[in-house]
Amino acid sequence: MAVDQQLNIEMGKQGVFVTTIQELYNWGRKSSIWPMQFGLACCAIEMIATTMARYDMARFGAEVFRPSPRQADLMIVSGTVTKKMAPQVVRLYNQMAEPKYVIAMGACAISGGPFKQGYNVLKGIDRYIPVDVHIPGCPPRPEALLQAFIALQKKIDEQHLTGEGRPRHLDADAQSEFTVPEPAEHDLEPTSNHGVWPLPVVIK
Amino acid sequence: MKTVEEIKTAIEAAVPGARIEVIPNPGPSAEHSLLLDHEHALDVARFLRDDAELALDFPSNVSGVDWLDKEIVEKIKVKRQVTKTVDGVEQTVEETVDETRKHIEPGYLEAVYHLYSVARKHGPVVLRMRTVNRTDQTEMPSLTPIWRGAEFQEREVFDLFGIVFTGHPDLRRILMWDGFKDYPMRKDYVEPDDFEWEPTAHDEVLKRAQAHRAALAAAGGEGADATHDGC
Amino acid sequence: MTVAEEISESIARAQIEEKREGWNRPPVIVPQEDGELLELAMGPHHPSTHGVFRMDVTLDGERVIRLKPVFGYLHRNHEKLGEGQSYLASIPYTDRLDYFCSLTNNWAYALAVEKLSGQAVPERAEYIRVILAELTRIQNHAASIGFLIQEMGASGTPLMYAFREREKILDLFESLTGSRMMCNYMRFGGCRVDISEPWLEQARKVVAGLPRFVDEFENLLTTNEILLARCQGVGVLKPDLAVNSGVTGPMLRASGVNYDIRKVDHYGIYDRFKFRVPLGDHGDIYDRYMVRILEMRESVHILEQALNEVPAGPIMDPKAKIRGFRPKPGEAYGRIEAPKGELGFYLISDGGANPYRYRIRPPSFINLTILEDMCIGHNVADVVLIFGSVDIVLGEVDR
Repeated sequence: MAVDQQLNIEMGKQGVFVTTIQELYNWGRKSSIWPMQFGLACCAIEMIATTMARYDMARFGAEVFRPSPRQADLMIVSGTVTKKMAPQVVRLYNQMAEPKYVIAMGACAISGGPFKQGYNVLKGIDRYIPVDVHIPGCPPRPEALLQAFIALQKKIDEQHLTGEGRPRHLDADAQSEFTVPEPAEHDLEPTSNHGVWPLPVVIK
Repeated sequence: MKTVEEIKTAIEAAVPGARIEVIPNPGPSAEHSLLLDHEHALDVARFLRDDAELALDFPSNVSGVDWLDKEIVEKIKVKRQVTKTVDGVEQTVEETVDETRKHIEPGYLEAVYHLYSVARKHGPVVLRMRTVNRTDQTEMPSLTPIWRGAEFQEREVFDLFGIVFTGHPDLRRILMWDGFKDYPMRKDYVEPDDFEWEPTAHDEVLKRAQAHRAALAAAGGEGADATHDGC
Repeated sequence: MTVAEEISESIARAQIEEKREGWNRPPVIVPQEDGELLELAMGPHHPSTHGVFRMDVTLDGERVIRLKPVFGYLHRNHEKLGEGQSYLASIPYTDRLDYFCSLTNNWAYALAVEKLSGQAVPERAEYIRVILAELTRIQNHAASIGFLIQEMGASGTPLMYAFREREKILDLFESLTGSRMMCNYMRFGGCRVDISEPWLEQARKVVAGLPRFVDEFENLLTTNEILLARCQGVGVLKPDLAVNSGVTGPMLRASGVNYDIRKVDHYGIYDRFKFRVPLGDHGDIYDRYMVRILEMRESVHILEQALNEVPAGPIMDPKAKIRGFRPKPGEAYGRIEAPKGELGFYLISDGGANPYRYRIRPPSFINLTILEDMCIGHNVADVVLIFGSVDIVLGEVDR
């Protein structure tokens, strides 16, 4: 139960601050998301440019980019995921500790992008791992990545800590590791993970 | 720099027995190439690199090209014995008849080498080598012992086209993974069917989508039931 | 394998290698430490490989005995796509090859197609191409040095300086072509959009501030003792081996070989500008770094000359066919001096709208051929630096 905004301000002027555990908990979580230093292709350069002095991402809480997945909270999949690289991406995702989030940056990570007709291109990383925010663009501007980051922060902010929509790290039954595809003779095996990427009904 | 014909004469003088052919280039760039045979390729390459005047010490580019089998249709005039009735009498007469003959020219795989000279600052000289056919005889001598720069590029040509370079120090796949079985850049390569969902499927895509749905329904109904909604 | 077996195997390999010629033999080091050799995979997810690149190194203690690069993790079958679509449709894909320098990629492809079809380019377009290519070269070398120093442990400060200048140049690109990185600007026979006088003014302002930036960069770095200690004498590449291995670009010139395609092939209008080609003496990492710094200064010199001489005129040949472009059957190989090396395109046309064979000669891929030779005998920490000095971009290596 959140307190009314006006009442909050009034009480704040008197020196009394009221909040809920959910707000406090989520505020702590969203303000210090550490991304993993995971750049694949051209979008990685825009990601690096976002962390540089002009479009500083550190002011949103993404202070350090950790190379190790065990120490990171967010995986920004920036660039084309190829079938040769896909097992590695899924393994890295499995090694990240909960709570973990994925941003699919750029057209290639969403659906294969301009290289979709490729024998080596995976048509979207959301075939194997669950993605929280998709950013279209080729490459998306640094401002677009910042907006995606803010959207992710909003998403975290609105997560209830109990009940159906609670985050995975508070849910003992939630699945946090997904099957790693194996490279087979002509393609990856399996071609997609139906639990994560369910095939919809084809509208005739 | 010498013209292609002069280079050919120089090679034939230096490497006796080498069979070189000049392949003309019809376009405006006029970069004619030399076709080498397999036995003398290494000797020719060594001569080209060590010759004082040519000094082609810089391997710039190694590409693979796939030429498919070509069906040639020709109309020829053939003399034939034909039975005809002439003035009521049956006779066998010789006549010239038009006949269409088809034959298949076997395709081949080709490796094209572009060579430049850093010492003399000239180039390019284009060399070509062809395999016998596309199916079972796809070997070719490797020029890596002469020019180290061809090492990775010949591995790539092996990976994508399937030309086996004999004498290469480390011939294995370089861009695709080791268990991959096809040669993707060939013209008759069929891509694997990794199903992509289309919101307005029609023609080819609709047929494939229906096939996939049928296969899934047969396998256990996962994904083909109506509870999954399209986004 | 036991150490004794390893030693005998190295000696056997050395005896086989004797039959090959000098420059084809990577140096064979006999392991000396007592114990087993460690096989390590550096990459594909690694903070210091410039993208998804893997090196399988065999270590004897800290020393590298063998190094095999593995790539293909970004293989996006650009060449197969090129065969399936028209010549014009491949231009945006060339942007994504060396994604730092999209304009020089465009120029290389446009040059190859112009050679294939015999197309001429008007003068104003040639000047614009030179201006954009030299701006690209400056921002590429700055970023490359920034990444190299970051791997040395400088935690991003030179990279921040480099990216600050890069942003100014990217602003110029964006106002002209509409995109910061993937510019898609050159066409066969000229350029897509004309430049305006205010753009030239802005470009002159940016170029006027560049010498001061290079001075600032050099003040921080060139006499820095950590840089000198870690870079001098490390990763030496001899000139004969460099030429035989097909190495091009700043790496070749740092080994002392005077070969710059701008001067050799006389493409474009580079003959009209006065610029020098910096050469190195030793071929180590420090020479490559200095060659890049000096090339930045020479590019500024070219820009100062070019920006004042841009003539008026059309930017596209009016008779050039853009849609329905079908060059005559034939083949052509066109190459330019890209910031990373020699970028070439080999096109075979069969008279149709799509090329029959579309081949890219990637400088980064070929510069990696002698990575093993340069790294053997050095420590693991030096491998990262040597690899950084080769200056590769995975989009180009894997295409």
